[in-house]
Amino acid sequence: MESAGLAKKPQAEGRAASHSLSIRNLSKYYGALAAVDDVSIEVERGKFLTLLGPSGSGKTTILMSIAGFVQPSAGEILLDDRPITNLPPDKRNFGMVFQGYALFPHMSVEDNIWFPLRVRGVSRAEAAKSVTASLELVQMAHLAKRLPTQLSGGQQQRVALARALVFQPDLLLLDEPLSALDKKLRADLQWELKSLHARLGTTFIYVTHDQEEALSMSDDIIILRDGKIEQMGAPGELYERPVTRFVADFLGKSNFIRGQSTGADGNSFRVAVQDIALQQAGRVAANEAVLIALRPEKISVSRTRPSLPNAIEGRIAAFNYYGSSYHLQVETGGLGDLIVTVPAWKCEIDPAIGNSIWLGWEPDASVVVRDN
Amino acid sequence: MLASQRHTYWLLIVPAVLLMLVFYIYPLIQVLWISVTEPYFGLQNYEALLTRPLLHRIWLTTLRICLITTVITVILGYLVAYAMAKVGERQRTTMMFCILLTFWLSVLIRAFAWVMLLRNGGLINSALMSLGIIDSDLPLLRNEFSVIVGMVHFMMPLAVLPIYSNMSGIDGRYVSAARGLGASPWEAFWHIHLPLSKPGLIAATILVFVFSLGFFITPAILGGGKVVMISEYIQVSFEETLRWGQATMLASSLLFAVLLTLALVARFVDLKKVFGAR
Repeated sequence: MESAGLAKKPQAEGRAASHSLSIRNLSKYYGALAAVDDVSIEVERGKFLTLLGPSGSGKTTILMSIAGFVQPSAGEILLDDRPITNLPPDKRNFGMVFQGYALFPHMSVEDNIWFPLRVRGVSRAEAAKSVTASLELVQMAHLAKRLPTQLSGGQQQRVALARALVFQPDLLLLDEPLSALDKKLRADLQWELKSLHARLGTTFIYVTHDQEEALSMSDDIIILRDGKIEQMGAPGELYERPVTRFVADFLGKSNFIRGQSTGADGNSFRVAVQDIALQQAGRVAANEAVLIALRPEKISVSRTRPSLPNAIEGRIAAFNYYGSSYHLQVETGGLGDLIVTVPAWKCEIDPAIGNSIWLGWEPDASVVVRDN
Repeated sequence: MLASQRHTYWLLIVPAVLLMLVFYIYPLIQVLWISVTEPYFGLQNYEALLTRPLLHRIWLTTLRICLITTVITVILGYLVAYAMAKVGERQRTTMMFCILLTFWLSVLIRAFAWVMLLRNGGLINSALMSLGIIDSDLPLLRNEFSVIVGMVHFMMPLAVLPIYSNMSGIDGRYVSAARGLGASPWEAFWHIHLPLSKPGLIAATILVFVFSLGFFITPAILGGGKVVMISEYIQVSFEETLRWGQATMLASSLLFAVLLTLALVARFVDLKKVFGAR
């Protein structure tokens, strides 16, 4: 294994499996347009970090800068304090799973996986063991001789993963790897990716626009918007305490209620929405405009007035049935239309259009967000 | 209902089939017929192909020039197509226009333009002389060099177009993926881009080689009678020495050579796929 050929390329052998990555003040301009605008990110070793954002938010540009395909206009990228900003992609030793996988169509599955070892000077015979191990890791050993075109989308995804991991890369970069797959397969592969990450301990950087994928797999999520970081944190933190309206809306669903603070009341404060008084956890000085984000599943429904600090009666204007839950659209008058999610099993109310129901929630069920 | 529909389709292609029969198949059969009946019935004309050194020489010259032309044209065409696939939209349109422009110029005019450039005291020779690089005219005309120059120039679009059309269909992510997996730019080209552009290369090679085999005007003008390729000799046999038996035999052998080339290539690649018929 320790042939002269190995020395010319970075090789993971003998190195710690996981690495940290620092992105400092990264910017990328296309003409006057800033695709990435002064973004700084610290990725701790062994973490699963997700860059989440709508299209055009700069997430892919950041990933491509890390991979070396995009030359940043400004800023620095460091791997374990070693600057790599100006290294070409092939000198970075990062595994990458492309959107659409980019499996080489003229090579069999095993030749695809051999490829990164081949360009590192490892012969086919020497590589055989690693290739097989890598295929077994993604349960694809039985299809080693196939051509990529003879594989299903899910199988291609696994091969792309095996190819990106076979040379024990310092980082694994994934660009929307599940976006081309159907919903059920996507859910299965989320489990697998997560367990793969746990077993390998390699640092994963994952790009997606799918909030569900981000929530289910990541240690940390960075939400991007217009090339800037909107908010970062652990999935639960982002979901429970979104800072801006954008985050509350992009990560999960939220109802938004606009009101006026009327002063503190114990651990919470009062909010006036027209002639309705709400109680909201936290502290905002009186006479300030506030925007409250309220998750649909945190609203409880009942036939009679609930004994909750916040309660309002409404009329069901529309409903969707999802098997496990109902999504109700409730006209409340004073608070506008609220979306409410209720479990369908043993549902207390009758979800029929025109029915009158009561909605209620705790002061700490909702959060105050910045409007932007 | 279905049967009558099929009849309608046949009716539609009848004019084309008739045209082919009258203007292509019939003369072709005529040529083959003359080649075995002139001056008398038998295979004596074909026998000459095996026994007459002059014919050997002409055929060898033809094959050599065609092979060299094909190799040079396909390599240059690949480079042009590669550049076209990489540049921006506007440059690509300009490049495409320049390539098609040569199609619209008469082959005769282009051959004479090369004569102007290559002849003794022509642009190239006089430029080199005035720069003091050479003392006397370089023999650039009436040899295989000038024939190959003219042929490569004529054949370029035939190489560029199939290679480019194949190359523009190659997803750029394959090369990026290769780079990301540790391949140098050269390795990514060699292991990924080149194999993926093989269908275009094969199509271009066949097109250029087959076209070159029967080339007439360019070799006749730029070879100046010194470099005689098969087509020119056919013309001489027909019009000057009036040996129709030999002329038709050579024409037939040219046809067989083309068919043989295609048959050989078809053993290794799926021709229908290469030419997009699938």
